[in-house]
Amino acid sequence: MTHEPQSTPQASVLDIKGLTKFFGGLRAVHDFNLTIYQGDLAGLIGPNGAGKTTVFNLITGLYTPSAGDICFENESIAGFEPFEITMKGISRTFQNIRLFPTLTVIDNVRIGFDPRAGYNMLDAIIRSRRYDRNEQELTEKAIDFLEIMHLENIRNELVKNLPYGEQRRVEIARALACQPHLLLLDEPAAGMNPREIVQLMDLIHFVHDRFDLTILLIEHQMRVVMGVCEHITVMDFGEVIARGDPGQIQQNERVIEAYLGKGAAAHAA
Amino acid sequence: MEIFISIVKIALIIAYFYGLLKVMDHSSIWVKILGIVVAFGIVQLALSLQFGDFQVLNAFDNGLLMQACTMTMVALGLNLIYGFNGQFSLGQWGFYGLGAYCAADITFRWARGDSRGLFVVGFGVLFAGLAIWTIFKMLEKNRGVPVLSAFTLYLVAVVASSAVAVVLGNLVNPVLSPLLGTISEPGILNSQIVKEIIFFLAIVLAGIFAAEVSFLFGLPVFTLGSDYFGIATLGFSIVVYTLMNNSDTILGFTEMKGGRGMIGIEKTTTWFWAFFFLLVVIIVMRNLINSGIGRMIKAVREDETAALAMGINVANNKLIVFVIGSLFAGIGGGVYAHYIGFLSPGTFSFINSFNPLIIVVFGGLGSMTGTITASFGWTFFLEGLLRNLLSGLGTEAPTWRFVLYPIALLLLMLLRPQGLLGTAEWGFLKTTFLKSKKIKIEPSEAALAGKGEAG
Repeated sequence: MTHEPQSTPQASVLDIKGLTKFFGGLRAVHDFNLTIYQGDLAGLIGPNGAGKTTVFNLITGLYTPSAGDICFENESIAGFEPFEITMKGISRTFQNIRLFPTLTVIDNVRIGFDPRAGYNMLDAIIRSRRYDRNEQELTEKAIDFLEIMHLENIRNELVKNLPYGEQRRVEIARALACQPHLLLLDEPAAGMNPREIVQLMDLIHFVHDRFDLTILLIEHQMRVVMGVCEHITVMDFGEVIARGDPGQIQQNERVIEAYLGKGAAAHAA
Repeated sequence: MEIFISIVKIALIIAYFYGLLKVMDHSSIWVKILGIVVAFGIVQLALSLQFGDFQVLNAFDNGLLMQACTMTMVALGLNLIYGFNGQFSLGQWGFYGLGAYCAADITFRWARGDSRGLFVVGFGVLFAGLAIWTIFKMLEKNRGVPVLSAFTLYLVAVVASSAVAVVLGNLVNPVLSPLLGTISEPGILNSQIVKEIIFFLAIVLAGIFAAEVSFLFGLPVFTLGSDYFGIATLGFSIVVYTLMNNSDTILGFTEMKGGRGMIGIEKTTTWFWAFFFLLVVIIVMRNLINSGIGRMIKAVREDETAALAMGINVANNKLIVFVIGSLFAGIGGGVYAHYIGFLSPGTFSFINSFNPLIIVVFGGLGSMTGTITASFGWTFFLEGLLRNLLSGLGTEAPTWRFVLYPIALLLLMLLRPQGLLGTAEWGFLKTTFLKSKKIKIEPSEAALAGKGEAG
C-alpha cells in the first residue's frame, strides 16, 4: 500500500514493519507499517489519541517497541538508546516545545552540534588548538543556521523570553543542527496563528529543499498537512486506516468517518 | 572598630576576586600571568607584613583564608553537579572527607618512614583508572550491557587492581624505607623540597581517588531518579562518616585513630598551595563550562528528554560531571587536611554536608562567581565576623551564629530565590573567546535582567 517508487529507484530512508506498542493492557500502536523514501515529505495524521506521537517516540527510541522492527537506512534501530538514534541521523522536534529555556538562542542551536563537535573534554579544559578550531567552526555554522531562520538578531536572547512562533523556529534550527537525514516534526503548527502557519509551511518547504532532507510530520491542522505533504498516512486507534496523496485522503471514507463520525461519512458519500 | 575592619576585609576580598577575574579576562597571556602573580603577591604581603601591632591579615585570618579556599573548591564541585548539571547531591562532603583522609595518610606515613601510603594509593589509582578507562571504552563499543553488570565488571577490576597495588607497594617499601628515615631522624627523601613534592602528589592522588570512588558509586546510583539520587548520596556521606569513626578498628588504619581524630599531619598548606589549587580548579571548571561540553552539561539540567534528542549521552554526562565534582572535593579535602593538621570525623559529619549546599544556593545555582564570593563571604562572615561579634556577648554566644545564618538563608530564599548573584559571572568566567575571530557570545544585559525576574 506504500506509494509506488517513482521513475528512478529510490532508497528507503525509514522502513517500519509490524510496529506494535503496549502500555500495560493498552494497545497504543498495532501492526504499524510505513516506508519513507529519500526526499519524501510525508505526513502522519489522525484524531487525538490515535497513537501518532507514540510512533514518533518509538522511532526516536524514547519507547522500546513491544514487537516489530524499525529500519533506518537499512539498519535496524529498534531498542537503540535515543541519543544513538539521533547520532545515526534522525532528529525531531516536540509537540510541546522542549527547548533549553534558560540558555540563549545560539547556545540552543550550538548544543545540536556539540555531540558531534569532534573535540573531547580534555581539549576543552586545556583549550587545545583542535578545540579552538572546531568551536569556531560550529559557532559559525550555528550563526549561519540562525541567519537562514531569521533569528540572527536575537541570537543572544534567552529562549524562554521569545514568542511562541520564534521558539518553534529555534527548535527546528536546533533539530537541523543535529545534521539529520530524516527530520521528524511533531505538530509544528500547534498553537500558531494563521499568519505564523503560512510562514511555517514556507519554512518546511525551504528546509526540505535547502538541506536535502526527508521529513515526516505529524499534524492536526488539515491546512498544513494538505499544503505541505506529498504522502499521507492516516492513523486511528493505533492502526493505519488510509494512505495516499492529499487528494485521495480527502476523498477517503474511512478518514472522514474517523474525523467526523459515521453519519458524516455516509453524507459525504 | 574590629567589626568595621572585618566588614572592610570581606568587601576587599570580594573586590580582590573581581579584580583577579577581570585581569584574567585580558586577551594577552602575559598580562594574565602577571595579574595572577600580583594577586598572589598582594595576599602574601598582607599575610607577612606587620606594622607594629597591626597586621592586615593575621594568623586567624590566615586560617579563615585557607578554610575559604578549600570550601570554594568543594562548593565549585557541588555547583558543577547541582547548579550546572541539576543533580541534587549531598555526597560532596563525603568525597571531601575521603580526599582529606587519603592525602593526610600519604604524607603522614611518608614522614614516618613508610612509603606504602604513596605507592599503594598511587599504583591503586593508576591501575584502577586504567581499568575503568579500558572497560569504559569496551562498553562503548558493545552496547546493551545492563548497568549493574557493568558495575560488577568495574568493581571486580578495581578490587583486582587495588590488590596488585598493595602487593607492589609492599615490594617497593623496604627499598625506600632506609632513605626516608624516621620522624626524629629524617632521611634524604624527607627534605623540605621532597616533602613539598609528596604533598603535591598526595593532593592530586587524593582527588583522583575521590573521583574513582565517585565513579563506582555514581554508576549504579544514577539509575535512580533525581530525588532518590539525593537520598542515596546522603547515605554515602553517612557511610564515609561511619568508616572514619571506625578507621582504626574495622579498616585497620591505626594511624587515623578513628573517632579520636588523626593528629600529627604535616602542615604543608601555605597560601601559595591554596591559591594554586584554587586557581587550577577555577580555570578547569570555567574552561569546561564555557565550552561545548559545558553546554551539554547545562542542556541535561534544562531538559533530559530534549538532551537525549540532541544526541547527548545523558547517563554518561551526569556520571562524568559527578566524577569531576568529586575530584574537586577530593583536592579541597587534601588542601584542608594539610592546613589544619588534625582530622576529626566530626568535621565530616553529614550535618556539615549541608555547608557547601548552602553556599552554592546562597551564591546562585549555576554561577561560579556566586559560589566563589559566597564561600569567602560565608567563611569570613560566619567564622570571622559573627564569632568575634558574639564572643563579646558571652562565652556560649557564638553558638547563636547557627541560628542567625539559617535565618539569613531563609530570608534570602524568600527575597531572592535565584541566589545573591543569580547566574551572573564576572570577567574571566563570563566570556568565551575564540582566538581567530573573537566572536564574543554572551547573553545580552536585557536577557539577563529578564532571567532575574523569572528565576
